[in-house]
Amino acid sequence: MSTLETQGLGKVYGDFVALAPTDLKVEKAEFLTLLGPSGSGKTTLLSLIAGLAEADSGRILMNGRDVTHAAPYQRDIGMMFQNYALFPHMTVAENIAFPLKMRRTPAADARRLVQEALDMVRLPHIADRYPKELSGGQQQRVALARCTIYRPSVILMDEPLGALDKKLRDQMQFEILRIHKEIGGTIVYVTHDQEEAMTMSDRICLMNGGRIAQLGSPADLYFRPQSLFVADFLGEANLLAGRLVSGAGGEGVVRLGDDSEIRVTLPAPLAAGAAVRVMLRPQNLRLEETPGEGPTATLRASSVTGASTKFFLEAPALASDPLIATRATAMSAHAPEPGRDYRLSFDPRDAVAIPAEEAA
Amino acid sequence: MAAIPATARPPAATRRPMSRRSKQLLMAAPMVLLLVTFLVYPSAQLFLLSFQRGDGFSLENYQRLLGTPVYLTVMMLTLKISVVTTIFAVIAGYPVAYLISILPRATKGRILFWILLSFWTSFLVRAFAWIILLGRNGVVNQLLQTLGITDAPVALMYNFPAVVIGMVHALLPLAVLTMLSVMENIDRNLTRAASTLGAKPGMAFWKVYFPLSFPGVTSGALMVFVTAIGFFIFPALLGGRRETMITQIIIEQIIQTMNWGFAAAVAVLLLVVVLLVFVIYDRAVGLSTVTGEARATARRRGKGIFSQVGDAILTGLGHGSDAIIGLFPRRRQAREGAPRPLTAFVVALLAVMTLPVLLMIPLSFADSGLNWPPQGFTLRWYEQIFNSPIWMSALTRSLVVGLCTATLALLIGTPVAFLMVRGRMRGKTALLAFTLMPVVMPNMILSVGLFYLYARIGLVGTNLGLIIGHTVIAVPYVVLTVMSVLRNYDSRLDLAAQSLGATPWVTLRLVTLPIIGAGMISAFLFAFTISFDELTIALFTSGGVSATLPKQLWDEVSLSISPLLAAVSTCLFLFVTVLIVLAGLLNRRQK
Ligand SMILES: Nc1ncnc2c1ncn2[C@@H]1O[C@H](COP(=O)(O)OP(=O)(O)OP(=O)(O)O)[C@@H](O)[C@H]1O
Ligand SMILES: [Mg+2]
Repeated sequence: MSTLETQGLGKVYGDFVALAPTDLKVEKAEFLTLLGPSGSGKTTLLSLIAGLAEADSGRILMNGRDVTHAAPYQRDIGMMFQNYALFPHMTVAENIAFPLKMRRTPAADARRLVQEALDMVRLPHIADRYPKELSGGQQQRVALARCTIYRPSVILMDEPLGALDKKLRDQMQFEILRIHKEIGGTIVYVTHDQEEAMTMSDRICLMNGGRIAQLGSPADLYFRPQSLFVADFLGEANLLAGRLVSGAGGEGVVRLGDDSEIRVTLPAPLAAGAAVRVMLRPQNLRLEETPGEGPTATLRASSVTGASTKFFLEAPALASDPLIATRATAMSAHAPEPGRDYRLSFDPRDAVAIPAEEAA
Repeated sequence: MAAIPATARPPAATRRPMSRRSKQLLMAAPMVLLLVTFLVYPSAQLFLLSFQRGDGFSLENYQRLLGTPVYLTVMMLTLKISVVTTIFAVIAGYPVAYLISILPRATKGRILFWILLSFWTSFLVRAFAWIILLGRNGVVNQLLQTLGITDAPVALMYNFPAVVIGMVHALLPLAVLTMLSVMENIDRNLTRAASTLGAKPGMAFWKVYFPLSFPGVTSGALMVFVTAIGFFIFPALLGGRRETMITQIIIEQIIQTMNWGFAAAVAVLLLVVVLLVFVIYDRAVGLSTVTGEARATARRRGKGIFSQVGDAILTGLGHGSDAIIGLFPRRRQAREGAPRPLTAFVVALLAVMTLPVLLMIPLSFADSGLNWPPQGFTLRWYEQIFNSPIWMSALTRSLVVGLCTATLALLIGTPVAFLMVRGRMRGKTALLAFTLMPVVMPNMILSVGLFYLYARIGLVGTNLGLIIGHTVIAVPYVVLTVMSVLRNYDSRLDLAAQSLGATPWVTLRLVTLPIIGAGMISAFLFAFTISFDELTIALFTSGGVSATLPKQLWDEVSLSISPLLAAVSTCLFLFVTVLIVLAGLLNRRQK
């Protein structure tokens, strides 16, 4: 039995489909991230789970119990809001104790739990301050303590770190992960930031246009995207146009625009002859000077971006956009020279064939 | 999961408590019921009455109204006074509102205090202050003689200018506050952006700021006009025989001749004029500008001849102002902060707004009658008030009625405000329009209608009758105040509370109400002051031993002007001052 399950859960505003019927299962102690471009329905899905919006179709089950029509306060959820939503007229301790009070926890237990929670978020000494007397990061921690103190079955977080600066963000990401481990809670987390999603999640649910584009581990989504949207959304990707010559058992051969043939990985079975795009991550693309089989491209420019160096290549027969290859920056006598042609080489396991029709 | 000992999780819900629809109905019901019974019904009654003669249908009242030159003259004069008042109030009020909108928070509060003080000082007290000021031995006459402009006291009162001065003075705060509500929302960066784009200050003002503030100007004008058209205090006290306004005719018909039918016809005529003004306004500018609701997003794109002319005029004004500004030496580093001439003008205007009432205070302690300058010191008048059973019972009555009205209005209005801001339902605009009816409708019509109704159900001269009438007037203001409080309230706090396990009722009690509490108290004080100052309803439905304070004051002022009344007015003024300071302190503590 999953901790949280949605069955055909959907939401429409007028005739606009904000969330197409969606099936999703979240297991106990899992950290699931909803990722996707703006307007893709992340907040909508989260609000439906929280009970802050009414579903138009489908069901929500929590620990097997149907809560589709239950009010938020009847759902055993915790929610962390983007702007913290700390009660301005209550002290930090009162804020954190609020959910305990709602559950009629005896005062002595509540006091002890509040102190433990404050210790857990490393703010032991601010119990009697008011929210406006705290820094942004401190408020964030208090909000975190408040929504976790009563150990709800599911904790929902809608872009909780959106308002923080980069450094504080990194710190809080770590903090949330630590607390996630400590309390063993189930977290559904919304973010815009793919890096955040990659580092924090057990699984990522990538959304697009009100539906799930792909659901899987960060590595799955990054290395085995099932659609061009997914390939494009997570990190940089080179996409080479081609046609599948043959394929079986998760492997295949693709003929590219310059008639060269390459071996690729097939995450999903495809019929021979299908138009595909072959996705190659920049760091997996090597530039070879030695002659051999395979596609070639002309180096146009290179730039050093700190630890890695980027090469921009042109190969009109392969892709309309410039190709990008990166490698660790190093002092080298054999630096590739702009204007020269290079042979492109890569491991077939890093070359993923994706059906081309799916281009949005 | 097991970390919390001995706690029960909130019970699972299978049944939905009450349908949203019926909850919404329940929230709006008391107010709708109140307005239907004590506003719509009496007005409809009045309307029927105006077509009655004896027992049958008749147009006689209207024939008499439209066939008698005197009444048409009065109607024209009413319009003239209202229009002139509106023009002056808006032109004088604009710089004040503008200055307040650009001042930093701290100074803003100080100037706003004086505006609010004028706003809340009752019309009656201010009219009385002008009587003293403009009298034969008043301050103005003394000043003119001292300066050698005149040798003997001149007649400053009982003419057209006196009425207009009094009314502009009375309605200026309303104009300022209405315009301010629009100006506060204008992004200051827009004018700055204009200047970075090359507009000189005059051009930036006329081409960017002024057009943005124009909805404020129009809604300010509308509010002033519809209030002015229902006035009777100022023409009655400061005007001569010729300065009669239409509401005075209604009073005369009811109190002196008890001619209900004709009074009703006049009331209908007044209502028609007001509605006509609203319709024209809605066609020209759109009513949404008044309630502060989001304006229609789709502005007309095409540039009509009027907007082209308007644009040309604004450009001209821009060039003109910049030419004038160019004549003066440039002030160094004075980009921030208000221009000095503007500040001077506003301070002078504020002085003129407050002084008449302040000058009345020393006279209430003087031994020399109402003559300026005051001489001697006595507490005689105050002693007389406190020893007079009539004044004391009037005071008690006003306090009791005010407190009951405020409580009732808050109880009835708050749910409606919640519904308007939070509720998702159709017909919101219609409900808001209905709520605002008592504001739109001249109080005189309401009070005649109520008088007729009360006479039949025995509520004349009772506190209950007054409380009901005052609640009808006060409810829309409570709704508007609470609405604005709720709009500033971050509703995510409610969601947070609910996600943490609080039921809606607990959320209201522990989170929402404590935070919006100060705003609610402001609404309460607002309603109290409205009732405490109210004269029109009290005029008919209270009297003799059952008079309220304003009614008693009005009766006495109409008879004779005495220092005792200056003492009463001073008490009323100080009382309002205390209330405003209280409300201000509350708001400050909240922030
Ligand atoms: N109350 C509403 N009325 C109408 N449309 C709505 C409403 N709320 C959301 N939408 C629409 O539903 C779609 C999904 O919105 P949602 O807030 O779930 O997006 P999101 O993925 O959270 O985006 P973001 O990353 O910008 O927060 C959007 O196109 C939005 O315009
Ligand atoms: Mg969102």
